[in-house]
Amino acid sequence: MPTVLVVDDEPNIVLSLEFLMQRAGFDVVTAEDGEQALAIVADRAPDLVLLDISLPGISGFDVLERLRADAAHKRLPIIMLTAHGREVEREKGLALGADDYITKPFSTQALVDKVKGLLDEGR
Amino acid sequence: MRSDAVVLAVAFGYLALLFVIAAWADRRAEQGRSLIGSPTVYALSIAVYCTAWTFYGSVGRAAEYGPSFLLIYLGPTLVMLVGPMLIRKMVRIARAQRITSIADFISARYGKSDGLGALVALIALLGITPYIALQLKAITLSHAILTQYPAPAAETLVDAGFWTDKSFWVALVLAVFIILFGTRHLDASERHEGMVAAIAFESLVKLVAFLAVGMFTLFMLYDGPGDLFARAAAHPELAQALSLERVPGGALGWVGMLVLATLAFLTLPRQFQVLVVENVDEGHIRRASWLFPLYLLVINLFVIPVALAGVLLGDTALSPDSFVLTLPLAAGLDGLPLLVFIGGLSAATGMMIVETIALSTMVSNHLVMPLLLRSSRMRPGSRLARGRGELTGWLLGIRRVAIVLILLLGYLYHALIGDAYSLVTIGLVSFAAAAQFAPAMLVGLYWRGATRSGAACALIAGIMVWAYTLLLPGFAQSGWLDMALLSDGPAGIRWLRPYALFGLEGWDIYTHSLFWSLLANIGALIGVSLFTRQSRLEQTQAALFTEALHSELIHRTPLWQGQTTQGELRELLSRYLGTPATLRVLAEEEHQTGDADAARPASPTLVARAERALAGALGNASARVLINSVVRGEALDLDAVLSILDTTSQTLEYNRRLKQKSQELTTISEELRAANERLRELDRLKDEFVAMVSHELRTPLTSIRAFAEILRDSHGLPEEKRRHFLDVVVHESQRLSRLIEEILDLARLESGRLTLHPERLDLATLARRGVDAVQRVQEERGVQLEVKIPDSPAMVIGDPDRLEQVIINLLDNASKFAADEDGRVRLALERHKRHYRLSVEDNGPGIGEDDRERVFEKFHQLERQGESDAPARGRPRGSGLGLPISRGIVAHLGGRLWVEEAPTLGGACLIMELPQAPAEAAALGAAASGDE
Repeated sequence: MPTVLVVDDEPNIVLSLEFLMQRAGFDVVTAEDGEQALAIVADRAPDLVLLDISLPGISGFDVLERLRADAAHKRLPIIMLTAHGREVEREKGLALGADDYITKPFSTQALVDKVKGLLDEGR
Repeated sequence: MRSDAVVLAVAFGYLALLFVIAAWADRRAEQGRSLIGSPTVYALSIAVYCTAWTFYGSVGRAAEYGPSFLLIYLGPTLVMLVGPMLIRKMVRIARAQRITSIADFISARYGKSDGLGALVALIALLGITPYIALQLKAITLSHAILTQYPAPAAETLVDAGFWTDKSFWVALVLAVFIILFGTRHLDASERHEGMVAAIAFESLVKLVAFLAVGMFTLFMLYDGPGDLFARAAAHPELAQALSLERVPGGALGWVGMLVLATLAFLTLPRQFQVLVVENVDEGHIRRASWLFPLYLLVINLFVIPVALAGVLLGDTALSPDSFVLTLPLAAGLDGLPLLVFIGGLSAATGMMIVETIALSTMVSNHLVMPLLLRSSRMRPGSRLARGRGELTGWLLGIRRVAIVLILLLGYLYHALIGDAYSLVTIGLVSFAAAAQFAPAMLVGLYWRGATRSGAACALIAGIMVWAYTLLLPGFAQSGWLDMALLSDGPAGIRWLRPYALFGLEGWDIYTHSLFWSLLANIGALIGVSLFTRQSRLEQTQAALFTEALHSELIHRTPLWQGQTTQGELRELLSRYLGTPATLRVLAEEEHQTGDADAARPASPTLVARAERALAGALGNASARVLINSVVRGEALDLDAVLSILDTTSQTLEYNRRLKQKSQELTTISEELRAANERLRELDRLKDEFVAMVSHELRTPLTSIRAFAEILRDSHGLPEEKRRHFLDVVVHESQRLSRLIEEILDLARLESGRLTLHPERLDLATLARRGVDAVQRVQEERGVQLEVKIPDSPAMVIGDPDRLEQVIINLLDNASKFAADEDGRVRLALERHKRHYRLSVEDNGPGIGEDDRERVFEKFHQLERQGESDAPARGRPRGSGLGLPISRGIVAHLGGRLWVEEAPTLGGACLIMELPQAPAEAAALGAAASGDE
């Protein structure tokens, strides 16, 4: 069963994502901030990351950049989640190597579809 | 050493030295290396104000009347310190109008009036001749004392025949000097370089001589000022002499004397000559404005010591007027008395030279020339209209004869009636006569409406009153008139007594005379001016005078000097060149302008071409004279001048406005740029704010939508989970509403539309209520809350709901940041001077120095700044709006909100400070309720 890492500092959003991923049949690990996220990626090698941009400490962009800098995680599917609706940030996320970019609030169905799609691709 | 021969040799040697200096200065000027181009020379030449009257008379007056002699010097000092702009204005006018004397000045101001010029010249002659006599008297007297001491000075002038009278010969030598150095040029408005240099030299000589006597008195006769004053103090009548009470006429006398000296300094013909006519550079006025007062100060330094020493000498036979001379003589000195005599001579001759030049110019230009011109007008083509040399000879001849006559007149006055008066009396009578010029001159400089008739009436009225109140009584006292005139009035009419006109008694005679004469003078000037009309020329001149400082361009423009019409030029040319040649000269101009209107003004180029054409036929000199005659004539064409004046001043005004406008535009564009910058910055801030707001709104909305969809799509969800998710939706919805509320608050605060309902309230009660509201939540979070609120009420003015909101916000904030383990929050209320301070501290990580202001920025969330600042885990995040809103509310209530380091718990401490409610309000409130 693929493992999905959910990174967000809003407990309720983590709760909802965790439930959605589990309902879709994935294992879920969660992180509250960037450092935790990096540690979990190294430790648990998730199959996909749902990564919030506004995080305490290092930002989601930083996490993305560091992961992509590591050859082991070059192809790890990463979906950026953000409450910032600006086009510039979307571009930035994609340029840094995010696989997709989803603006909050999101459609749960669309999110699940995207996660499934990316995991299928990787297979 | 003091033999007649030696003294005479020294005196005439000194006069010879003056000749040398003047000749040398004139040569330097011709070589273009002018000596008098120096502000110092200018200031020294103004010191011609100090005549023999100063040199001998100041000591006399000090011995008699105490320090009142200083007033004579205080007036000019005031003028120089306060009035440089006035002098500048006069100098500028004099230069532009080529003014030659004060008579010329006044006549020019009132439409170049012949009559007014003649009137001023006559008054000057009448008033000033005694003053010249006074100088001669001083020379004779000092010579007699010097040669006859210790025998009382006996003047043996008239009886022995004038040829044995030294002053006659002095007058003669001076006449030669003045003719040589005062009438070198026809143009009287040109500078008399040699004369000014000689005068400046004389000013130095008299200063040195007087200082020498002063030093001698203080340090040789006595052991310094202390000794002299100590000895003088031993004589009570001397101590009294120095008091201010002995000024004749008391306080009024002081004022009268000051006004007299102030006006005379500007209107005495010789002062006008050196101050205005001989000024070569307006810039010199600046140095003179402090150097000349300094000169006056220095020359007066030793007056009182010398006067005291003279009185202490105790020889009642000696006149105080001659103490300067008799003190060193009594000490048995030879050289010093001679130096003093030379000093006095320099003071006297300096005055006579300048005064005579000024008077002779007035006499020739305003008394003789108008008569000649008037007679020549009857005979067209008379010699006055012809060759230049002849005219020059005429004018210079008249001036030279005038010089001799004036000095002779002075001598006669001195020889015949000079004895009747003391030095001071003659001087003051002269001053009072000269002061009569002041209203016409000074008012005319600033009031455009003063008319020629007004000025003439003013001068006549003033001088008549002067003659009646000062001159006639003087004659009476000399025994020429019945003394009953003074005691009983003319024909026994008591209210017409010359020294107590209209019953005005108790004033000193000068103040009395000055008061009535100036009253009549100014009254006539203003009264008659209001009821008479100015001619066009008067209007022009009045405008040029009053606007002199603003209309320099008018004077500089060549048009002004070359103003004439094409028609007149054509007439002139055709008279001398014939019509065909004239047409050729004019053809080009007409071709250019396209019309041959005779009334059109001729351009300066055309005037120059006409002059060249005339010069070709008649020679340069004659051409210049002829063109000048047309131009002069045309300069009197008022329409042209007025229109130039108007357009020029309009142009100047327009330029000024344009400059001002362009400056304004620059400022405005600068302001616009700044405003634009601000707007841009505000725009950026607004964008940022909108982004922040949208971010903050999206976060709870995300949870709400996600859980709503989950609840919709997940069938068979356990009841417990379903309830949990619904709780989340409700909670996040509340968060969303709160956020919206806060954003609206902030918007209202920033736009100033937040409505507060201030009332007197007890902050202590409010704080307790706030504590109650958060107590439960705090306990849930495991935070321990300490409260320290005094029992006594803490009355402030505030909106209770809003203040409670602030207090709850502060407590909430603190509990979020309190330490994870054993979190503590402490609220304290205390009085601090005239304020109440409510502080809320926590034992959290605290806020760094740099962030203490930033926490009040919108959406600044500490948790974003790094791990250490983040709220303890498990506690909700704030929106980042609570503190900015709280600060806004507190500021609206006149208080402050800021962050400090917590004094007891070590974390952050937020302090709210509100001013104490005024006690009177409480008292009033109590009284009001008591009434009910």
